[in-house]
Amino acid sequence: MKKLLTITVLAAMVTTLAAREVMVKGSDTLLNLVQNLAEAFGTASPDITVSVAGGGSGVGINAIMSGETDVANASRPIKSKEISTARSNGINPVEYAIAIDGVCVIVNAANPVEKLTVSQFGQLYQGKLANWSAVGGPNKKVSLYGRQPNSGTFVYVRDEAVKGEYAPAMRQMNGNAQIVEGVKADEGALGYVGVGYAREPGIKVLSLSKDGASFYSPLDKEAVDAGTYPLARPLFQYTNGKARGDAKAFIEFELGEAGQKIVEEEGFYPLTQGYKDKNAANLQ
Amino acid sequence: MPASNKPAEVSGTPPQGRTGTGQPRLRLRKLTDKSAGVLFWVNSLLSAVILLGILAFLLYYGVRTFRETPVVGFLFGTKWNPDAYGEPSYGIIPLLVGSFLTTLIALLIAVPAGIAGAIVISERLKGWVRVTVKTMVELFAGFPSVVLGFFGLVVLAPLIARVFHVPSGLNLLNAGVLLGLMSLPTIISVTDDALRVVPHSYREAAYALGATPWTTAFRIVLPAARSGILAAVMLGFGRAVGETMVVLMVAGNAAIIPHSLFDPIRTITSTIAIELGESAFGSTHFYALFALGFVLFLIALGTNLVAESLIRREKRSFTL
Repeated sequence: MKKLLTITVLAAMVTTLAAREVMVKGSDTLLNLVQNLAEAFGTASPDITVSVAGGGSGVGINAIMSGETDVANASRPIKSKEISTARSNGINPVEYAIAIDGVCVIVNAANPVEKLTVSQFGQLYQGKLANWSAVGGPNKKVSLYGRQPNSGTFVYVRDEAVKGEYAPAMRQMNGNAQIVEGVKADEGALGYVGVGYAREPGIKVLSLSKDGASFYSPLDKEAVDAGTYPLARPLFQYTNGKARGDAKAFIEFELGEAGQKIVEEEGFYPLTQGYKDKNAANLQ
Repeated sequence: MPASNKPAEVSGTPPQGRTGTGQPRLRLRKLTDKSAGVLFWVNSLLSAVILLGILAFLLYYGVRTFRETPVVGFLFGTKWNPDAYGEPSYGIIPLLVGSFLTTLIALLIAVPAGIAGAIVISERLKGWVRVTVKTMVELFAGFPSVVLGFFGLVVLAPLIARVFHVPSGLNLLNAGVLLGLMSLPTIISVTDDALRVVPHSYREAAYALGATPWTTAFRIVLPAARSGILAAVMLGFGRAVGETMVVLMVAGNAAIIPHSLFDPIRTITSTIAIELGESAFGSTHFYALFALGFVLFLIALGTNLVAESLIRREKRSFTL
């Protein structure tokens, strides 16, 4: 413990000595992507170090609200209550969308169910439907896998699709990768992860429908771009005031051609024109 | 701990004997003696002050929870959901039950195994074998919990799921077994110390009456060391109830009151670890986590005090 403390203190001292650093913190869904972006940015501009940490969107937004980070990653938009808390601390969060995500509803590869309506999905997660036979599957108990409350995906899925409390028995996993592992090992599993984590053997991505008539898959880029896939969402970064200096350089890199190419390589979707225009206005 | 420093003895007994106060050397010695005494006093006071400071700090933040949520709802509520879709709820019962049950399972595993291990180490092993085994046990006490948690995640969880035909191995049983492994070294080590304190004349008397070594160990040495063993169990309890990383990784973290060994659970410690980072400073949620910390502190403090007094009683009865 003491050793760990010494190392942390030393590391903190070393990083403060290295003059040009951008600190990024927050969403676990964005963690891999932004780490790759930071690496590529580091090759392009070697004198700026971008350090990326996870912890969840809530942790990132909390850190920007208290001025502890330069950039916050968030897989959900900042809440109005959080904005007012930030303002009372003299901090003015400015939003940039950096990628588009379709939250993927996943089941074990052995599960014959292929599609769900949003309302079925909500009832499953509220615990009102407890058996797969209720949605056309086998007679098997549904075991729910979700994220922890510090996760933006946890909040986004609850507010947009579940529209109620999650069933208390839902297992709260620490990150997307753990949900994927859990679902792989459990034939009755139901889970949700960012699209960047869903292309894995052993799991199956379900199609979703708002109206029960037309079903769309989050792996279908057009459905996500057009917003016909019900759980399509932008992934955000926040800065205190309009981004300046090194943080601005990093965000511009992410939004540029090279950055958006990495977004696609990581399995997420590049920004549509509407978001690009909004970002441009916030970078001016 | 503060009790181990005995400042009164140091400062209270000035060197007797030749009273040549005029000699500068003796004056110097008296001065160092006095300052050493003061140093010990300050040290033991400091640890007491820090302890009380933490307690006051937890209490100061913790009580603010109750400006927005009633104490009764906090202590007896069966739902913990501070970041809710609708109204938040702050009932700690599921978390208390989670902490209690994982610890119970841990002790059910670690106490019999630990006492058996300690008997072997203390009564049967001799010389360098004994020293080696004891050192290895004590080394295991410092095993990083995150590694053990990872083991639980990738090895134990699929194993439990397969053996018991349950959907997922991230549950109460997994967390309990791993916590048992974690508190085992503490229990073995402290029990071994307690057994060693039992005077050798007890064993010799038993042998003289024709008892076998095993009978002696179980019927004579073990009962004689019972309060020390109880202290070992208490320390193991403290280790298990305060552990965070392992349960965070393998318990499934659903804040429910479990109906079976295979239900997921959430402990007090993992709740603080999960939620402190995202709760806004000054929110009820933030303060409620300090109130949780206060509850945990009371549990840990209580067990440590009981254990300490038991160990002291043990020493008094045999070292005369």
